[in-house]
Amino acid sequence: MRGGVVLRMYRLKFIWAIVAAFMMSAFFHAAYAQEPQGEDIDVSEVIFEHIGDSYEWHITSWGDKSIAIHLPVIVRSRSTGWHVFSSKHLEHGAEYEGFHIDPESGKVVDSAGVKPFDISITKNVLSLMMSSLLLLVVVLLTARWYKKHDGENEAPRGIAAFVEPIVMLVHDIARENIGEEDYRRFSPYLCMAFFFIILNNFLGIIPIFPGGANLTGNIAITLVLALCTFFTVNIFGTKHYYKDIFNPDVPVFLKPIMPVIEVFSALMKPLSLTVRLFANMLAGHIMILSIVCVIFIMAKYGAVIFGSVTLVSVLLGVFLDALECLVAFIQAYVFTMLSAIYIGIARQKAE
Amino acid sequence: MNLVTPDSGLLFWMVLIFGIVFFLLWKFGFPVITDMVEKRTRHIDESLRLAKEAEERVRSIADEQNALIEKARAEQNRIIKEASVMKEQILRQAREQAQEESAQILQKARTEIEAEKESALRDIRKEVALLSIGVAEKVVRKELSSDKAQTAYVDTLVGELMDNIPTKKDN
Repeated sequence: MRGGVVLRMYRLKFIWAIVAAFMMSAFFHAAYAQEPQGEDIDVSEVIFEHIGDSYEWHITSWGDKSIAIHLPVIVRSRSTGWHVFSSKHLEHGAEYEGFHIDPESGKVVDSAGVKPFDISITKNVLSLMMSSLLLLVVVLLTARWYKKHDGENEAPRGIAAFVEPIVMLVHDIARENIGEEDYRRFSPYLCMAFFFIILNNFLGIIPIFPGGANLTGNIAITLVLALCTFFTVNIFGTKHYYKDIFNPDVPVFLKPIMPVIEVFSALMKPLSLTVRLFANMLAGHIMILSIVCVIFIMAKYGAVIFGSVTLVSVLLGVFLDALECLVAFIQAYVFTMLSAIYIGIARQKAE
Repeated sequence: MNLVTPDSGLLFWMVLIFGIVFFLLWKFGFPVITDMVEKRTRHIDESLRLAKEAEERVRSIADEQNALIEKARAEQNRIIKEASVMKEQILRQAREQAQEESAQILQKARTEIEAEKESALRDIRKEVALLSIGVAEKVVRKELSSDKAQTAYVDTLVGELMDNIPTKKDN
């Protein structure tokens, strides 16, 4: 009984936390949207600013003053070599050391409009660094707990009690889909993928710094993750797996067609992984941002409409935020599960 | 549309950072956790198995004990029964023997009495014979004196004889 009450209390707290987070997000969005004073807000610009990458991390605007973190721009031009400077110098289309931000693509280009080799610490890169550091700290602290304690006779406490169930969830996914024999080899990769995705998914839902970057909704990130799975699958593929691709047991007239289909399907697997995660997270962000933007669009239509729409938007926003929390978990789980299944298929032995 | 074209800078950083973090966690993170948890799982399984075994052993020991007690009780009953049977037998034997012996003794006594009686009768008969001879002698002798005296004498003798017979028989 007591556990039920505590759980309900936690659930309530959880919902309140989401409501509070949402309110704050609405507040900050409001602050942002007020920037073009008196004008209609450009919804697509607001949304793309939030889901896209940029050379500065815009936190909020306070009246006319914009509060942002200026991140380092690191570019290498073919003609003039390496350049490292703060993105502060590129604000409002200014040119610095021969570079400016192309308003079309939002990327740094030189005066001739040519894109240099660009490894700037952008908003997404900084977010990636911070979340990776957090992940490292959390998991290594847990590992340290196991080294310092007698894990065999002691129940996990503190951080270990939090991380262990998640690790074991992934470990069990690995065991069920890869098989008793060598799931231990692949479990760390699956854990890494799961933790990375779920951590960044949740950080993306948090509307203010250090969250708010749309990392798992960025195709470069999900592409790298999917390619990791792809290479793991195809490097550790058994003879049986490759025989199934290039010389499957099918009637002779199918022999020439099957390898084509199989290779195509092998290439489609990482692509589907990439797009599934990317599209789900991106769509979630866009939905929430759109609902928030509705509030500001309605601001000029008088108190009654504005008030009622705001109420509906807030309720809908709370619902979508809760949904996003669910999706954040489901997408991490699905990615890990599918990776495990693909690896399991590649590790098949001939019957 | 720059949303669906992966940015090279982000790709570079993602590969680098993901690679480093994965390497570190693969070396020092996840395997440490999973190994320990698996070890603990094995330890718990083993402990449960041992506990079950111990319980089984305790149960079997109790069973054994009960069987032993049952057996001891049966033995006790058997011994008591045997003892009572033996007692009966011994008593019966003793009684039979006593009866036999007493019968023997009686028999012996009877034979002795019989023999005694025989010898006594023989003695009496001998005495009577001798007395008769003596009486006859005295009678013969007294004939020579007077008839009166003779008769008197015979009477006295006979009277004596009659007195003497019981005394003789007492001997």
